[in-house]
Amino acid sequence: MQIESLIALDEFCAKHEIEISFVDSLQQNGLIEITMIENAWFIDSKQLLQLEKFVRFYYELDINLEGIETISHLLERVNALQDELTMLKNRLGIYE
Amino acid sequence: MNFIDYYKVLGLDKSASAKDVRNAYRKLARKYHPDLNPNNADAKTNFQQINEANEVLSDPEKRKKYDQYGKDWQHAEEFEKQKQQQSQAQSAGSYGGGFSGGQRGSDFSDFFESMFGGGGSNRGRQVKYRGEDYTTEMRLELIDAYSTHKQTLTVNGKTIRITIPAGVENGQTIKISGHGGPGINGAPNGDLYISFVIGNHSKIKRLGHNLFQTVDVDMYTAVLGGEITIDTLDGKVKLKIKPETQNGTKVNLKGKGFPVYKSEGQFGDLQLTFNIKIPTNLTEKQKALFEELRKTKD
Repeated sequence: MQIESLIALDEFCAKHEIEISFVDSLQQNGLIEITMIENAWFIDSKQLLQLEKFVRFYYELDINLEGIETISHLLERVNALQDELTMLKNRLGIYE
Repeated sequence: MNFIDYYKVLGLDKSASAKDVRNAYRKLARKYHPDLNPNNADAKTNFQQINEANEVLSDPEKRKKYDQYGKDWQHAEEFEKQKQQQSQAQSAGSYGGGFSGGQRGSDFSDFFESMFGGGGSNRGRQVKYRGEDYTTEMRLELIDAYSTHKQTLTVNGKTIRITIPAGVENGQTIKISGHGGPGINGAPNGDLYISFVIGNHSKIKRLGHNLFQTVDVDMYTAVLGGEITIDTLDGKVKLKIKPETQNGTKVNLKGKGFPVYKSEGQFGDLQLTFNIKIPTNLTEKQKALFEELRKTKD
C-alpha cells in the first residue's frame, strides 16, 4: 500500500464533522479497512467513496450500522446482478 | 422551472408539522436515495424532487413564502419589496431603508445540484465534500471500439479529450478522475463516469473479445473445396474451404477476434459458421447435370 494514497482519518472526520468512533465501528463490522501508521489511523483513498456513502447513510438517512451492513451486502448483489444483466444482454446480441 | 407541489411530493397536506415533514423526507429519501439505487435515473429524479421539497418545507421561512406565493415563492422577496416601496411612497418617503436583501438569484434546482454531490445538510453540518460525480453515456459503433482512439466530449460545458482504449465493452463504465463537479471547501473534484453503449449494425457479432460471423459459401466450393475471401473488422481474409464442407461447419480463426481491453497486441478469436448456399434459378442444362448426379447416388 502506497503512503500517497492514504488519507488521515482524523482529518476526514474533522472535515465531515463526524465521530471517529463511527468509522471505527464500520471497521469492526468489516465494512471499511483502516491502517495504523505511527499511531495515526489512515484510510486508503480507494475506500473514500464507500466511506462517504456510509456517512450519508448514517448521518443523513438515519440508518444504523446493522442497516448499513445489510444495505452494503444487498448493493453488492445489485451491482453484480446489473453486471450479469449487461453481460447477458451482450450475449443475446449474438442471436439477434 | 416547472411548478412542483412539494406537499404532494412528500405525501403531506398543508397542515403537516415540521416533524411530519422530517419523517416523510427521511422515509422517501431512504427509498429513493441514489446511493441505494445504483444506475436508476428515475430514483435520482425522484430524490431530487424530495430533496427540493424538504429544503423548502423544512425551512419555516421558505415554507411560509411557498405557502403564500406557490409557484412564485422564489420571487417572494421581490413582491415584498414592491409592497414595501408602495407603502413607503404612501408615507411620503420618511425613511430610505426598506428591504435590501433581495433575490437569491440562483435557480433552486441548481442550489440542489450544489448539495447533491456531497449529500444534503439536514443536520446543519457544513458541506465539505468532494465534487459531484458526473455520469454520461457515449455511443460507439463496434468498429469504433475495435481500435484505440481519441474522442472529444462536452460535459457540463467543458470539452475534454479522452482516449478510448480498444476493446471497450458494451455497458462498460470508465472513470476519468477529477473531471466531475468542483470540490466544496477545498475538497477534490468529483469524477466523470462514462458508460459506453456500443451499437452493432454489422453482420459480425461480439461476445467479450470473441467475434462470430456467418459466411455464405456457394455449394460448388463447399463440395469441391476452394478459396473464399471474407470481410473482417481487420480487413479482408482469404480462407481455404475443404472439399465436402457441410452446412453449419464452424471454423475458429485464432487471434482474428476483438482486441482484449487494455492488453495491447492480444486479440480474441473469430468464429466462422459456414452457410452453404444452394443454387437457385437453375438452367435446363444444370438441372440435367444434377439429375445425372442423382443417378450416381447409391
